[in-house]
Amino acid sequence: MVLTPPATLEDVQFNAEGFMIDPFAWIPELAEAIAEREGLQLTERHWLVINFARKEFEANGEAPTLRSITKNSGVDTREMYALFPSGPAKLAAKLAGLGKPTGCI
Amino acid sequence: MKNLLILGGGTAGTMMANQLARKLDANQWHLSVVDKDETHYYQPGFIYVPFGVYRPEDTHRPRRSAISKRVDIVFSGIEAIEPEANRVRLDNGQTLPYDILVIATGCEIRPDQIQGLTDAGWKQNIFDFYTLDGAAALSKLLETWEGGRLVLNVAEMPIKCPVAPLEFVFLADWFFRGRGIRDKVELVYATPLPGAFTKPRASAALGKLMEQKGILTETEFNIGGVDGAKQVIRSWDGREIPYDLLVTIPPNMGVKAIERSGMGDDLNYVPTDKHTLQSKAYKNIWVLGDATNLPTSKAGSVAHFEHEVVVENILRQIKGIPPKPAFDGHANCFIETGFDRGVMIDFNYEVEPLRGTYPMPLAGPFSLLKETRLNHLGKLSFRWIYWNILMPGHHLPVSNQMSMKGKQKLVPSPRAIGAQAQ
Repeated sequence: MVLTPPATLEDVQFNAEGFMIDPFAWIPELAEAIAEREGLQLTERHWLVINFARKEFEANGEAPTLRSITKNSGVDTREMYALFPSGPAKLAAKLAGLGKPTGCI
Repeated sequence: MKNLLILGGGTAGTMMANQLARKLDANQWHLSVVDKDETHYYQPGFIYVPFGVYRPEDTHRPRRSAISKRVDIVFSGIEAIEPEANRVRLDNGQTLPYDILVIATGCEIRPDQIQGLTDAGWKQNIFDFYTLDGAAALSKLLETWEGGRLVLNVAEMPIKCPVAPLEFVFLADWFFRGRGIRDKVELVYATPLPGAFTKPRASAALGKLMEQKGILTETEFNIGGVDGAKQVIRSWDGREIPYDLLVTIPPNMGVKAIERSGMGDDLNYVPTDKHTLQSKAYKNIWVLGDATNLPTSKAGSVAHFEHEVVVENILRQIKGIPPKPAFDGHANCFIETGFDRGVMIDFNYEVEPLRGTYPMPLAGPFSLLKETRLNHLGKLSFRWIYWNILMPGHHLPVSNQMSMKGKQKLVPSPRAIGAQAQ
């Protein structure tokens, strides 16, 4: 049996807040689908952040905080808020199929 | 002679020093603490200073007096840790070698991280209360302040003592009522969090108190900068909150020495194993207190629960046995809510604050997620316990690990069960 990878939102499970439950089920096409659902048009700059977030997840097991993104990805805070209005680190994590960044204790 | 070096002589460092002084063989181990400050501050006391409940002098003691005579103290700043060479370079020119290192350097507020915070109005109508200077300066102002809009802003998480900003506004409400000018004061709480606190149940309970006390909240407010001339704070998404008096909790970061050592994350906190408290990078380095990157609160109670685990693990390391992954993220806190009342919360990595009693079921004496006078007395009496029981390293009769005893376990409501059955 050939497993077809998920390519639409219906194939994937989300939690109540709209975050993907299984980060390993993410493929880039899903980012586009999630972006559409969130009312966002993805540009190269969006993808820079999404790819950065995936790399961080692969390295650390967690979505990066806003501070980490602005310090290390080349995209500053002002631009983050322009690209991902309201809750940029959260939204970037959503698009990248990751759970919420654990910035808050 | 082997060297066990403790960086930082605050809450965590002092408990470590005093316990290890008793448990290590003095013929085999030389124990020392490094701290840049000869004064040991009781930081939980700072919240009372702006409101005149404590005087500044009530919140500190000489550092030497809290640490066992068997432990050497070197009063100096730290230049950098050289973990590959097992030594620490100090500001005073000394280099201290170690066989085992304990990092207990805490965290500090960084007002420099918020644009405009320390420009126009700093120390005139913009204050912090996380330093004694800031708290004392604020108390002078509040004695005679005639009213206006007081905005308390939490810049970014994590912060040490995450309940302190709430306590500030609760006490402010009480204080201004006491002065008879509450109707002339508008209290605004601006936080980056989606609610009053970080955990859902506690957030709901504390949010209710905010409402009852007439404190306005602006949530998901991520401060981008302060315009001291216009007297507004601005969020990154364009919201503006005007203030007459701004009380700020700036970003909290680990100390610069950690950054200089290349050992910290983006906030200068040291990556630490969640359960053993060993440094993730170096086996002979242990980290506890506010200096870690652990996903639990930065609070004195956490340092207390952690230190018992670290002491045991260091003794194990010396014996050549693997460390015990015994720390469960346990934290608890008394939250002053004004009018001689307080709320207590008790939680860990896995379990959010739940209702119930602490430490004993029914007998308590402290009530969880509920305002009681006993909780307030608990907080006030804590200062004596801190200096006389906690710091000397005497045993506190509470469990290191969080216990579900006395807690109201999470049970789905009958309505929810009924709905599912249909």
